Amino acid sequence: MSKRPTVAEHLARQGVSRRAFLKFCAATASMMALPPGMAPAIAEALGQRRRPAVIWLSFQECTGCTESLTRSHSPTIESLIFDVISLDYHHTLQAAAGDAAEHHRERVQEEFAGEYLLIVDGSIPIADGGVYSTIAGMTNLQMLEESAKGAAAIVAVGSCAAFGGIPKANPNPTGAVSVADIIKDKPIINVSGCPPIPVVITGVLAHYLTFGTIPELDKLGRPTAFYGETIHDRCYRRPFYDQGKFAKSFDDAGARNGWCLYELGCKGPTTYNACATTKWNEGTSWPVESGHGCLGCSEPDFWDAGSFYKAVSMPISDLGKLGLAAAAAGAVAGVAVGLHNRHVKAGAKAAHKPLTADELEGDKS
Amino acid sequence: MTDMELLNWARGPALEWATIIFVVGVLVRFLEMSLLGRKPDLSEARASAAGGGWRTVWRRSIPAPGLVKQAPVVIYAGYAFHIGLLIALLFFAPHILLFKDVFGLSWPALPFFVVDAATVIAIVALLVLLVHRLVNPVRRFLSSWVDYLVWAVTFLPLLTGYLAYHRMILPYTEMLAYHMLSVALLLVVFPFTKLMHTFTIFVSRWYNGAVSGRKGVQL
Ligand code: SF4
Ligand code: SF4
Repeated sequence: MSKRPTVAEHLARQGVSRRAFLKFCAATASMMALPPGMAPAIAEALGQRRRPAVIWLSFQECTGCTESLTRSHSPTIESLIFDVISLDYHHTLQAAAGDAAEHHRERVQEEFAGEYLLIVDGSIPIADGGVYSTIAGMTNLQMLEESAKGAAAIVAVGSCAAFGGIPKANPNPTGAVSVADIIKDKPIINVSGCPPIPVVITGVLAHYLTFGTIPELDKLGRPTAFYGETIHDRCYRRPFYDQGKFAKSFDDAGARNGWCLYELGCKGPTTYNACATTKWNEGTSWPVESGHGCLGCSEPDFWDAGSFYKAVSMPISDLGKLGLAAAAAGAVAGVAVGLHNRHVKAGAKAAHKPLTADELEGDKS
Repeated sequence: MTDMELLNWARGPALEWATIIFVVGVLVRFLEMSLLGRKPDLSEARASAAGGGWRTVWRRSIPAPGLVKQAPVVIYAGYAFHIGLLIALLFFAPHILLFKDVFGLSWPALPFFVVDAATVIAIVALLVLLVHRLVNPVRRFLSSWVDYLVWAVTFLPLLTGYLAYHRMILPYTEMLAYHMLSVALLLVVFPFTKLMHTFTIFVSRWYNGAVSGRKGVQL
């Protein structure tokens, strides 16, 4: 198995033209903010590498991340990533099942120990011994710990693997946690998003495969090349925000004129992702362009940030109702304090003994 | 804790608790004052009490000429701060959304650059007032730690709001969280300090004016 073909050999065998491969490399270069002239160099470097073994583990997830990567309009440049890597284990995509699949995973882990890349999507439930999600009799926690041991690096794909995601949403019944919460001794790249943008997934993988290094990461472990700026920073509706022109509903004149969606709950200002620049579906459009505010899907706990339709400046909870309840309590407390004060006052009055002039005189002597 | 968790906490539990303490505190203080009771005034009124009250509310809102000469820093910086604060608080579009969410009422916003200028004016005025308080020996003598606390909890929301809007020093998410937390702190401190003047100022002016007005004395 160690005699795996190089990427170039494999591509030739698959009938992928050099032109298509160069296109992939050029797209990757631009994603990584490298000059387009770098594409042939990337192609060269990548082409000579043996197709690296990749194990993809899916835990508490909805398969949306895999779908994002595989179902984006085909054939895409992104799908070429599957020719560059040797995807040795992936529930949804592998042909093998049951013991055969698990044995293969174990074999790859052994044979390519210290070399293979581990990709994880989905969060890991750790409550009650991890019983809430098991594969082949192993809890997700056990499988992650076992597979992480020999991995050269781990890529946590999607907000669930990166931050816990929807399974972790309050009250988090399964005790869902992220990969980084469990694995502390391996380089981890978080590619967040629900799902992440396909070209961001492939961009990160290609970067790792080309350079063999971990890209520069932000404090949440996300590559700054893609997560360095907020949606709001790069949003084409930003001029309207700055002018204070806001759509007030999804079908008013403001919405039709393409004004800013802040008041309709857009979380762009607090969301770091590349949607505004890479767009989705091969650059066709992206959520804000289609008229809906950003949900903040690439941020931790985006599911617990209150309504998607409340602006970030609004409190998550219904403070109006809470305030009314507090006012009722305050009124009761206020009256009680007031009555108590009156009682004290009346007591003082009753206890008050007037002094006569004589008594005062007597005092003096 | 990530920035987002902090922001969610600020927009959620922190503001909830602050609201409860604020509302209960303000109501208790108000009821405490009004339930204290006043002796009925049995004398015959010489002039309208209400008229005197409204007159004083208005007259005291305009600085007396003598005062301007005596304490120009306090008067000018004081007015600049209050006007700047009110503009920033009430006419910044994201704030109006908050009021709409809580009270169901909304009104047109002022352009961002106006609000921005008002914020800068309020911040500078507060700094001037603080320096004045520290430099002037009489004022320093009269100041207790509560005065500095009140200054700080008023200053922080302005400062963090400004920095958040301009994406300065810290990432927006984090700064926005601090902005909201500073507002929560302001709400908590509010009922138990002289910040209560926000609500009592016109009541007490009216009361003073009314008492004198009834006696035929114009304040
Ligand atoms: S639509 Fe959203 S991201 Fe775009 S400018 Fe408005 S608030 Fe910012
Ligand atoms: S616009 Fe926001 S919510 Fe939508 S995919 Fe991009 S980051 Fe996620």
